[in-house]
Amino acid sequence: MRTGLTAKDFTSSQEIRWCPGCGDYAILKSVTKALADGGADPDNTVFVSGIGCAARFPYYVETYGFHTIHGRAPAVATGLKLANPDLAVWVVTGDGDGLSIGGNHLLHALRRNTDLKILLFNNEIYGLTKGQYSPTSRIGTTSPSSPAGSVDMPVSPGQFALGAGGRFFARAIDTDKRGMAETLEAAHAFEGASLVEILQNCIVYNQDVFAAVTDRATAAEHQLHLTHGEPMLFGKNRDQGIGFDPERFTLHIVDAQTSPDAILVHDETNLAVARMLVDLTIPMAFGVIYRQPARTYEDDFYAQHPTKMKRERSVADLIAGPSSWRVPKAG
Amino acid sequence: MIKTKDVESIVVRLAGDSGDGIQLMGSQFAVSTALSGADFATFPDYPAEIRAPAGTLFGVSAYQINLGGGPITTAGDSPDVLVAFNPAALRVSLPMLRQGALIVLNNDGFGKRSLVKAGYGTDPREDGTLDHFQVVAADIGRLNLEAVAEFGLSKSDGGRCKNFWALGVLLWMFGRDLAPIEAWIERRLADKPTLRDANLAALHAGHAYGETSELQAALPQVELREAEPEPGEYRSITGAEALALGIAAAGELAGRQVLFCSYPITPSSPLLHRLTRLWETGVGTFQAEDEIAAICAAIGASYGGMIGVTSSSGPGIALKTEAMGLAVSAELPLLIVDWQRGGPSTGLPTKTEQSDLYQAVYGRNGDTPMPVLAAASAGDCFDMAIEATRIAIRHMTPVILLADGYLSNAAEPWKLPDFDAIEPIAVPPVPAPSEDVSPQRQAFTRDPQTFGRAWITPGMRQLVHRIGGLEKDIDTGHISYDPDNHQRMTDLRQAKVDSVADFIPDQAVEIGPDRGELAVVGWGSTYGPIYQAARRTGASFVHLRHLSPLPGNLRELLSRFDKVLVPEMNNGQLCSLLRDRLCLETISYPKVSGQPFTIAELIERIESELEGGKLCARG
Ligand code: SF4
Repeated sequence: MRTGLTAKDFTSSQEIRWCPGCGDYAILKSVTKALADGGADPDNTVFVSGIGCAARFPYYVETYGFHTIHGRAPAVATGLKLANPDLAVWVVTGDGDGLSIGGNHLLHALRRNTDLKILLFNNEIYGLTKGQYSPTSRIGTTSPSSPAGSVDMPVSPGQFALGAGGRFFARAIDTDKRGMAETLEAAHAFEGASLVEILQNCIVYNQDVFAAVTDRATAAEHQLHLTHGEPMLFGKNRDQGIGFDPERFTLHIVDAQTSPDAILVHDETNLAVARMLVDLTIPMAFGVIYRQPARTYEDDFYAQHPTKMKRERSVADLIAGPSSWRVPKAG
Repeated sequence: MIKTKDVESIVVRLAGDSGDGIQLMGSQFAVSTALSGADFATFPDYPAEIRAPAGTLFGVSAYQINLGGGPITTAGDSPDVLVAFNPAALRVSLPMLRQGALIVLNNDGFGKRSLVKAGYGTDPREDGTLDHFQVVAADIGRLNLEAVAEFGLSKSDGGRCKNFWALGVLLWMFGRDLAPIEAWIERRLADKPTLRDANLAALHAGHAYGETSELQAALPQVELREAEPEPGEYRSITGAEALALGIAAAGELAGRQVLFCSYPITPSSPLLHRLTRLWETGVGTFQAEDEIAAICAAIGASYGGMIGVTSSSGPGIALKTEAMGLAVSAELPLLIVDWQRGGPSTGLPTKTEQSDLYQAVYGRNGDTPMPVLAAASAGDCFDMAIEATRIAIRHMTPVILLADGYLSNAAEPWKLPDFDAIEPIAVPPVPAPSEDVSPQRQAFTRDPQTFGRAWITPGMRQLVHRIGGLEKDIDTGHISYDPDNHQRMTDLRQAKVDSVADFIPDQAVEIGPDRGELAVVGWGSTYGPIYQAARRTGASFVHLRHLSPLPGNLRELLSRFDKVLVPEMNNGQLCSLLRDRLCLETISYPKVSGQPFTIAELIERIESELEGGKLCARG
């Protein structure tokens, strides 16, 4: 814990190379603020990234940073965390980096529950390679590599995380300061693999892909902000809510005025409901959707290790193996 | 006929189905050989399939051991004794045997169906196939079952004891003490008393069979001339065991913990298994989700201040390639062990080859040089693991250590090193936080001799900086796309690897004169057979442990010979490397069969070179 630091203290002197207007700027601001507010210690904090626009992130944060190779940040971060479990390790990735080329590593980081704070900037497009469709692009996305529209089914980061056995999944919008602050704070505090999906606007290659959800005019009807223990209400006057339809085994929208009792109270430890919440489109769920702490991988790794990785025997004692023999000096 | 007393060395081959317990029997025989004071070398040769169909030719599992008065450096060319559990084992082994060799057959394995599976139209025991050999056909299956009958095991469980029955016969043949093997069975099966007692009974029954059977005359008792090894303490060791100890030792010598990260692959996995037993020495093992994750986690560990190590064989090393470039760019220490096997693609996973030399030296995108070393023998794996780690830390670079499938499993007696006498591994000093110099610059300030940078790790106070795979400014360590800077950084990375040569010993001649008609140059596990062939022909033998960079005096040394012959288990890769690096024309002697060189074929080739006058072209 370090107190007295501000967001500015976490901002490096490096010149930022994102396109002007990119959603990444807002995310960077929120992250540096969350670090300061959360009492992060710059000497003890590391940002690890792969490749892509998002992966430039470590250069702009005044902490330790490692810009690695495409898709592999979770693997590098896992080794780092095992080497020094006291570090706070953040992974910054994107939809291509984390769910396409690096999908395997993300899967295993989540199921192991390694204590990594993973920020997945989802802009549904490949930015750095100039606009090809990505694994989260919606069907029909036209791009230089899919001029007639993409035909592959997009992956849902939320379903992926929960399916992999992830213990923390949250969602936020790049420019939503409050939502970002809440989810980042929760991710920061969580001990285990926390995946935060951030809807990030790529103004160059996928401008306004989230407009329906993020437009001020329609936001209230399209965003469901979740708080543990609170009813799932949304709408301009919070007059609508989310209920459970037992016949179809799905969530549905209910009128908060006429059927207040039918509205679900958010229980972030309920995996079954979380699986349904991550797939809601209108409204889309934000905040901490699922949080169920468990022992971390590094906790168990060290607990099982007989000497907690310390050197308690010299190789000199073990070199002879189970049986050795002596050849005496001649004569 | 095997004579008594005056044998220099004797080659024993055990062969049967993969389910027959041949490898276990062989390794126990090796332990017994070691304890008897004889010198030896082993060659486990087993199929790629875990449970290959019984009785088939490709399902044959074999274990060959050469033992004697030494120096023994190979598992031997042609066996003097074969123990064959079934017709397939006989058929596969027969072409290798010395004329007149002793064959011990398991009669009960020679049913009609087994003969057909092995491709025998008629019974080789009766059709003259074995006329030039001495044959002892024993009802091993039946005699073993009788011996274990009292323990009430199922027929299949009881049958599985027959490897110990046969081992009993073998131990009798060589006049060995049963006690260490008994102790081993007791330890290993302590919690399964019935199986333990059955195996002990089988062992004793086999031993008694040798002693009392009427076949005693046919089963010659062998007494080997004693080895005359240097005084000291010895153990039997495989390459995987030695490399594991070497890695742990390197950690201790550097005062750092080791994180070994790998993904299971043949024949690399024994190293992972061995290292889990060395946890108390400050070693951790992480089984990653794939080869790429394995090296990336090792890089993460090195970034965090531990010694990151990864290991694989050729196909896995190929997958790790991009990450090696990252370690080069980030200037982090890392040890990468490559247990070479037959290729391309999946190739011959359980057979041995040396065909990853190009991959190790040249196989990366960009100009991405890395030091490459190779271990010569099982015991040498210990020294080379330390040497490779020393280079990695001294120069802050990833290093590849080449071993191979043969070394992984082969056992040899190993004189224990004096651990306290090994020089500690110095870690580059970490600078103090400074008002004047940014940590980013401090992190990339390099030693002028080694080009190693400070190993600053996250968690250190006031040294916050960033590293990565993008090109960085040679001085400030910040990202740089400057053309001149990229040239300078490329030169620097090359100079760093070249500088390793300033720290390694001059190349010496292993045996033979240091100038003359013919030098035989080897690297890796061909050490054993080349050593013997050179010893017997009088040719000079030069064995390389440092392959990139090569020792500084190598060109001058090799120029003193009229001809240089390069036997290697690949299609001539070292030959090309010597031409590339030293502008030296050598004679290539490639062998790519998945099997090690035999001494005889090397002698033949050396002799033909010695007779054949000057040759400059590749053979
Ligand atoms: S390409 Fe898109 S995601 Fe990348 S920096 Fe520009 S706006 Fe941001």
